[in-house]
Amino acid sequence: MESLDKKTEQSRIRNFCIVAHIDHGKSTLADRIIEQTGLLTSREMQAQVLDNMDLERERGITIKAQAVRTVYRAQDGEEYIFNLIDTPGHVDFNYEVSRSLAACDGAILVVDAAQGIEAQTLANVYLALDHDLDVIPVINKIDLPSADPQRVIDEIEDVIGLEAQDAPLISAKNGIGIEDVLEQIVNKIPAPQGDAKAPLQALIFDSLYDSYKGVIIFCRIVNGTVKKGTKIRMMATGAKEEVVEVGVFGAGQFIPCEELSAGMVGFITASIKNVKETEVGDTVTNDDDPCEAPLPGYKKVQSMVYCGFYPADGAKYPDLRDALEKLQLNDAALQYEPETSIALGFGFRCGFLGLLHLEVIQERLEREYNLDLVATAPGVVYKVYKTNGEVIELTNPSNLPDPSVIEHMEEPVVSAEIMVTSEFIGSIMELCQERRGRYLGMEYIEASRALLRYELPLNEIIYDFFDALKSRSKGYASFDYDIKGYEESKLVKLDILINKEEVDALSFIVHADSAYERGRRMCEKLKEEIPRHLFEIPIQAAVGGKVIARETVKAMRKDVLAKCYGGDITRKKKLLEKQKEGKKRMRQIGNVEIPQKAFLSVLKLDDD
Amino acid sequence: MGHELELYFHIPFCVRKCFYCDFLSGPADTETIERYMEALLAETEGSADAYAKYSVCSVFIGGGTPSVAPVSRIERLMEAVKRAYRLAEDAEVTIEVNPGTVSENGLARYRQAGINRLSIGLQSAHNEELAAIGRIHTWEAFLDTYGQARRAGFENVNVDIMSALPGQTLSRYRQTLERILSLNPPPEHISAYSLILEEGTPLFERYGKESQDNSDIPDEDTDRAMYQETKEILGEKGYGRYEISNYAKEGFACRHNCGYWQRRSYAGFGIGAASLVGNVRFRNGESLSAYLENPLGCREEVRHLSREEQMEEFMFLGLRMTEGVDAGKFRQLFGCDMWEVYGKVIEKNIRDGLLASVSDAVLGRLALTEKGLDVSNYVMAQFLL
Repeated sequence: MESLDKKTEQSRIRNFCIVAHIDHGKSTLADRIIEQTGLLTSREMQAQVLDNMDLERERGITIKAQAVRTVYRAQDGEEYIFNLIDTPGHVDFNYEVSRSLAACDGAILVVDAAQGIEAQTLANVYLALDHDLDVIPVINKIDLPSADPQRVIDEIEDVIGLEAQDAPLISAKNGIGIEDVLEQIVNKIPAPQGDAKAPLQALIFDSLYDSYKGVIIFCRIVNGTVKKGTKIRMMATGAKEEVVEVGVFGAGQFIPCEELSAGMVGFITASIKNVKETEVGDTVTNDDDPCEAPLPGYKKVQSMVYCGFYPADGAKYPDLRDALEKLQLNDAALQYEPETSIALGFGFRCGFLGLLHLEVIQERLEREYNLDLVATAPGVVYKVYKTNGEVIELTNPSNLPDPSVIEHMEEPVVSAEIMVTSEFIGSIMELCQERRGRYLGMEYIEASRALLRYELPLNEIIYDFFDALKSRSKGYASFDYDIKGYEESKLVKLDILINKEEVDALSFIVHADSAYERGRRMCEKLKEEIPRHLFEIPIQAAVGGKVIARETVKAMRKDVLAKCYGGDITRKKKLLEKQKEGKKRMRQIGNVEIPQKAFLSVLKLDDD
Repeated sequence: MGHELELYFHIPFCVRKCFYCDFLSGPADTETIERYMEALLAETEGSADAYAKYSVCSVFIGGGTPSVAPVSRIERLMEAVKRAYRLAEDAEVTIEVNPGTVSENGLARYRQAGINRLSIGLQSAHNEELAAIGRIHTWEAFLDTYGQARRAGFENVNVDIMSALPGQTLSRYRQTLERILSLNPPPEHISAYSLILEEGTPLFERYGKESQDNSDIPDEDTDRAMYQETKEILGEKGYGRYEISNYAKEGFACRHNCGYWQRRSYAGFGIGAASLVGNVRFRNGESLSAYLENPLGCREEVRHLSREEQMEEFMFLGLRMTEGVDAGKFRQLFGCDMWEVYGKVIEKNIRDGLLASVSDAVLGRLALTEKGLDVSNYVMAQFLL
């Protein structure tokens, strides 16, 4: 097979991503772009690449949709290769987003013609501009009755400062104006620069574990060339392997090719066993001819949120370990280490990028691995400065040293931007204040909408801040944040005692000023969750051994079935079975059976 | 014992549905009732061959309010039973009636047809309480029916009462008990249930949700006190508690009811009626139209009980009886030791004071304690394997 890719000139490659606020139509536009372009260049088609693809298909490999390569025949008569790189849409994955952006030369900004700019729009655009991407604004959903494209165009120019008068007016849903977008990609997004003859420098923006190929590295070749047999080295992790295969991303397939050279986006496989070796943001180079320095921007992935996962059935501990191991193959951001809880037995303390990441992992463990889990309250990483000069990074509240040896503590703080219509400014400010927010400023985006800037402790927003924000703004507020750093804070450990026994899995760190309120509500919530027993159960919240709140679950007095009519035993048995089933989902702590959901429901204290 | 059979006939009609009732019943027009009784007759006669080897020791005509059916229909049903089944000489034959739905003449005809036990739904001796739960009758109407029953020759009468009713106080409940006990002669049997708010009933809608004001409903302490009083007051007057909610004078325990707890075979007829024959449980579907169409073709949910399921039933049904379960009988039925299968559960519940071991039987016997009777579901659920 003749080498296809040498002949692909850099000038006819466009590497870009789409950024948008959630629901503004990012994935619909991506679908339209893929539909209205081709999979292969005419030259590639002659070279029978399809054979390879069929093989892939038979082996049942489908790629994650992080990147897709399509071919567009432009109005100038030339064929252009588009590499569309997907970016995760959640603040938990900000670093991943930034690396995906770094792999692009331009970005399409999709803005809803009715809703205009939202908090995520801004956050994503600034991130794109920070990476020196050329941004093409696109106004979507122009067919909506409430669409007001000119207002949105003005908003983009005023707020972001982007030229937007000739922004394509489109409806991705109905396929209106897509051609216009494709032409602007060709004309406004710059072609990649880079020297194919220079030492190899490739940016990893994602990776995937495949049981046939090992780790598949998704990368953008910045300089140099890589092909089968190249000895590659990951500059940050130091992992070295020989390349087995390189290729590009068809829609749904991996299409092998001869080589990848500067400007191209594609994949590399090299019998690597674990995605931990191929961290997002790392630079791939040629071990025999290394580049001078890695590409800028690499950060070691850091877990921001921790919680304990315990199997509901203690005997399933090895299954949980295996499942976490398998998930980690594909998720370098997931961290875990074994821990023991007095209340819950053996489990794992797991680290996540954020609460969404936590929920995704928990759901996958439960669905894909069929595990019944008890999750403890998520917490952030606190820095504990001890009087002897030692600094502890605390991920499990139970490990908090005695207050007498703590000099001070620090907690992570974020800078948050909240976009809200003016009628809700008051209630959102109130919410931020309750969550210990520090007001930084406010600017009006337009007459009826403002951008609020706050600094907030991360531990105040990881549980239910987003839900509270939505409910207090009737769904109109949008929110984005960035980790700012650590700040000193007056923190205490709140302990929960059930039937006089401390339940370590329910302890959490809280600001001293909110301890009483949180403790009181925890007790109320637990009272609702814990079923009646044969005896009375006191539920207490305590700080440093001092009880600050108390509730009581009254003893069960009556649990009888009324008439068992006409010998309908089946109905009675169903009732008993339900009762027994309920017991199975309980965790025995001392004499008390606590439903598993109690461990999580206590986090959602903002219901009332 | 092995060849004894009980018959249950379900009459799913009533004048008006009570506010607490979640059974399969409701008002219907005369024509529907006639057609239903015809279908019931057809099912009864058509099933007889299958039960040829059994001797029928008990018949129970329940509902709904069976007395809303024309008396002649009940007579024809009884004739069919006597004709097509081997009805034992000393069989217990019960019909449920509600005050205001029967006449003295009707009761006499029941008696003549071979019905020898009457179960009267009273629930309370206070008219306000009766109104609050949607009963159609008064205390005075009950007195009429009760007197008529005695005059018609019924010597085995049950009266149903309820505790924990809206507006009921402990002293008023006591009055209900006392009024019943002062009847002449007093009933041989009393069923005393505590009101349970069942989802989907008007009372549940009114009181069942947390957000609602349910201060009308006696609180738990009162509810338990009522239960306790029932036992004490009835005990003084010679009624023994033989099941969680049932009291009887010596020799008048309801044989039919005990059969359910002792897992005697029974055949149920009519919509929604359940049966246990040998170790097979089944029941008819609940659709009235399907039943009228083909009364012999409505059987569904046929289930052959596994050995484990039989053990479970033996335990959780048997424990409803105050005499409890007999370990010797368990061994005889299942060929293994009750303590071996349930040792852990038994030990825990004895420790919690919910079960007591009684040593009057050869291998011992196990029964719910007073405290255990209050939370019987909690105990029974643990006996599911």
